[in-house]
Amino acid sequence: MAILQVRNVNKRFGGLQALDDVNLSVEQGTIHAIIGPNGAGKSTLLNCFVGRLTPDTGSVMFNGKSLLEISPHEINQAGVSRVFQTPEIFTDLTILENVMIPTFAHRDGSFKVNWWPRVDKEAQTRDHAMSVLDEIGLADKKDIVASALSRGDKRRLEMAMCLAQDPKLLLLDEPTAGMSRADTNATIDLLKRIGKSRGITKVIIEHDMHVVFSLADKIAVLAQGAVIAEDLPENIKTDPRVKEAYLGEEAVA
Amino acid sequence: MKILTHPTSSVDSTMMFIFVAAVLTMPIWLTPIGAAYPDLMQRFVIFGLFATGFNILFGLTGYLSFGHAAFLGIGSYTAVWSFKLLGMNPIPAAIFAVTVSGVFALVIGYISLRRSGIYFSILTLAFAQMCYAIAYSDLIGKFLGINLTNGETGLRVLADDPRMLDGVLTSGIDTSALTVNLFGLDLTHTWVWNGFQFNAGFYFCAFVLIIASYIAMRIFRSPFGLMLKAVKTNQNRLNYTGVNTKPYTLAAFVISGMYAGLAGALLCITDPLAGAERMQWTASGEVVLMVILGGMGTLMGPMLGAGIIKFSEQKFSTWGKPELHEFLAFIPDGIRDTVVSVASLFVGSGWHLTLGLVFMLIVIFLPGGIVEGGRRILMIVTGSNRRNRQIQAAAQAAE
Amino acid sequence: MDAIILQVLNGLEKGGAYALIALGLTLIFGTLGVVNFAHGALFMLGAFCAVIMRSLLTYEVATGEVEATAWGTEVAVTTPYVTQLFGEFGNTLIDWAVPVSILLTIPVMLIVGLVMERGLIRHFYKRPHAEQILVTFGLAIVLAELIKAQFGANPIPVPEPAALGGMADFSGIFGSEPGTITYPMWRFVYFLFSAFIILIVFCFLKFTTFGMVVRAGMEDRETVGLLGINIGKRFTFMFAISAMIAGLAGAMYTPIISPDYNIGMEFLVLSFVVVVVGGMGSLGGAVSAGFLLGLLQSFSAMNEVKAIIPGIDQIIIYLVAIIVLLVRPRGLMGRKGVMET
Repeated sequence: MAILQVRNVNKRFGGLQALDDVNLSVEQGTIHAIIGPNGAGKSTLLNCFVGRLTPDTGSVMFNGKSLLEISPHEINQAGVSRVFQTPEIFTDLTILENVMIPTFAHRDGSFKVNWWPRVDKEAQTRDHAMSVLDEIGLADKKDIVASALSRGDKRRLEMAMCLAQDPKLLLLDEPTAGMSRADTNATIDLLKRIGKSRGITKVIIEHDMHVVFSLADKIAVLAQGAVIAEDLPENIKTDPRVKEAYLGEEAVA
Repeated sequence: MKILTHPTSSVDSTMMFIFVAAVLTMPIWLTPIGAAYPDLMQRFVIFGLFATGFNILFGLTGYLSFGHAAFLGIGSYTAVWSFKLLGMNPIPAAIFAVTVSGVFALVIGYISLRRSGIYFSILTLAFAQMCYAIAYSDLIGKFLGINLTNGETGLRVLADDPRMLDGVLTSGIDTSALTVNLFGLDLTHTWVWNGFQFNAGFYFCAFVLIIASYIAMRIFRSPFGLMLKAVKTNQNRLNYTGVNTKPYTLAAFVISGMYAGLAGALLCITDPLAGAERMQWTASGEVVLMVILGGMGTLMGPMLGAGIIKFSEQKFSTWGKPELHEFLAFIPDGIRDTVVSVASLFVGSGWHLTLGLVFMLIVIFLPGGIVEGGRRILMIVTGSNRRNRQIQAAAQAAE
Repeated sequence: MDAIILQVLNGLEKGGAYALIALGLTLIFGTLGVVNFAHGALFMLGAFCAVIMRSLLTYEVATGEVEATAWGTEVAVTTPYVTQLFGEFGNTLIDWAVPVSILLTIPVMLIVGLVMERGLIRHFYKRPHAEQILVTFGLAIVLAELIKAQFGANPIPVPEPAALGGMADFSGIFGSEPGTITYPMWRFVYFLFSAFIILIVFCFLKFTTFGMVVRAGMEDRETVGLLGINIGKRFTFMFAISAMIAGLAGAMYTPIISPDYNIGMEFLVLSFVVVVVGGMGSLGGAVSAGFLLGLLQSFSAMNEVKAIIPGIDQIIIYLVAIIVLLVRPRGLMGRKGVMET
């Protein structure tokens, strides 16, 4: 069953056709990668999923519900979490607090004046946050202020924050950008591992071919705002159009 | 790397206990430094309350309002109207003041919070200046044909006001003196014991402050408070975490407005008079100073800041050259005159100069305020910095 | 009709002052990215600079002679020292003391701006806006209090230059009866002056390379930094210019409102509202909003308007600001992304 269904999405910025009649279908429980050269419209597309941008035409359906015309927090409450390209975390707060906030948001909804209980007495939330931190490997740093983390740890923290919400769909924007080979491999392992038992669907935007082919169940190739191919990794590898649009370019470079 | 350890509930209980004891014994321990006048102590407590409330907005969410004095003034006007209509009991006055200022805060906050950053600051400033102009010239009163704020003279209780509940709540007690009384207990009354002055009004205000501080502490430690802190650090992330930040900031705004209104009502206890100057933007600026000086985002900082500013105001603004000569008597005669004439710039009517300078120094060198300064000193003394570094080293080794 | 023309003139003069301060605020904000709450204090400093310069020019010293008064007592004869020094030219200087002192304000305010930027503002480029607001707010208090310590709290009356004093009769221009539309000459001069300064600033930004760099910097600070242009020095200069404009606006305003230490704060609050209404970071917005709000304020002060809504003149600016920000959240001409967080 398709959990995310994108139909005929168009988006123009002035004279630029950023998204050109994009169709996409993401199956429940799979890892779906979106690749494409710079400026192909990958980030624009992702922004349309989370309410940052509204497409000019077309529809984005998540679990049978439209994600257009609703605000980011409503999209998140529906079960879509996003990891940003530059980690968006609460830099002044501790790692544990960073993960407890999404846990509270998942439990209490988008707004609740929950002013009486003490955070440190919220054992359930705390345990949940700690289990996610364990899973992601940040448990021993729980009392460190987030701004002090390394870049890689910040990104892992952001993943933990998203996972803490038990999302149905996890969107990742270039999760390995700027990482060393070793860190990249660690992230690949992590992405394979996390949320697998819970069947979290993941959509990954990625530049790095190595990452994409070792992770993705299905790959969509975007070029100049249009999806030129959407298929299994092995078919994508041999697809001449993809070679021309993307791999060819890289080979030239 | 910075490690944050949060106070546990037992630490907080101890702190709260010390705080309550300190507030209740103020008439005793403030006597040696000459600050134990009922009037001054009441101001410590009231402005401490005002600053604590302001800190819930500014300290937690980072939204800098330049118009909170408006709520202080609204609280005062409402309290005086309650005195006029219902009688001289402070409890209905406080309840009405909190309600009315809360409603105003809801409206002003709803509009102002559509913008953030400097736009928010200017919007709140504009609203406060508007409230000031309306109160100063009693524009609404003129419009309705009644005497709502009594313009520049200020609103006060008159002998022929209805004061409907006065006879009911305080039967047999003469209330014609028009002083505020708690079910017959005159709040301007002062008991003297061994030279210490225990004022009824002060204890009423202190009681209110203790409750309000306890509520503030609960807010600080609660999931709600955590969300407000998250608004300050990264509002964008919070939105993408499924949190609707608007009602959170609005709730903080309304709560801080209610605190300000309550403080405004308490200001009318010693003197049931409400004037428009209480709403001027300088008054809004003062509460910002208090919170910054003490330490924004800390529990005790704002109260400390309010106390220091009100204390220094009282002391420095009454000093002149004779006092300075006496104070600086240890300096040799020759240079003392020069020193005194320079120092006299900073006292008396020049006290605001001192305030401005101290404020600048704090913002430049110690943005965390006095509490942060104290924490740093404590760290040096106890060497906990070294301990933290060891923990970090261990954490890194484990990685 | 005549009353309306008078209010237009009034509004132009008030708007001129708002526009000049708002212009400087916007230049500083646009280039340095600093929210300067001490800008009103610069206006006030300029006003007092003119006061000081004038009293220096007209300072009188004893000549050593004595003179009998009408009551028979003897007093020392004093003459202005400039007369002693320069003779006849000195007397001319005294006759022109007001314009001369206003001119002397220019270099003083440039230096004040330079010192302020180098000494304080520079260190706050990277700090949060809230801290910039707070530290400049503190500075504004300090400057105002220093002036109060020196000059006291009472306003100091300053005459307008003799040649430009008195009333001007505009009746002829509008075809009315002579004497029906008379307006203080100096106020009209103030409007011309503010228009002139605004024109110079816009030309400067439009036609000089320096101005182009500054404009590019206002569009996108980071890109200009990447070009390798030493933007820091230019921004220091820009701050000094803005300080000078504010100071000059204050100095020129002295004959209209006798300055006291608090005048800066009053103008600052209004000017910030002007900047926000115009759109933070937009020079055109600042200027047009300045004149717009000046005009609105003087129209709402008309008795005919006040009869309908009493006291509207005192709240009109704030009311308009609130409405504008709700309808057009970025102000009249604000750009996306400026001060959004």
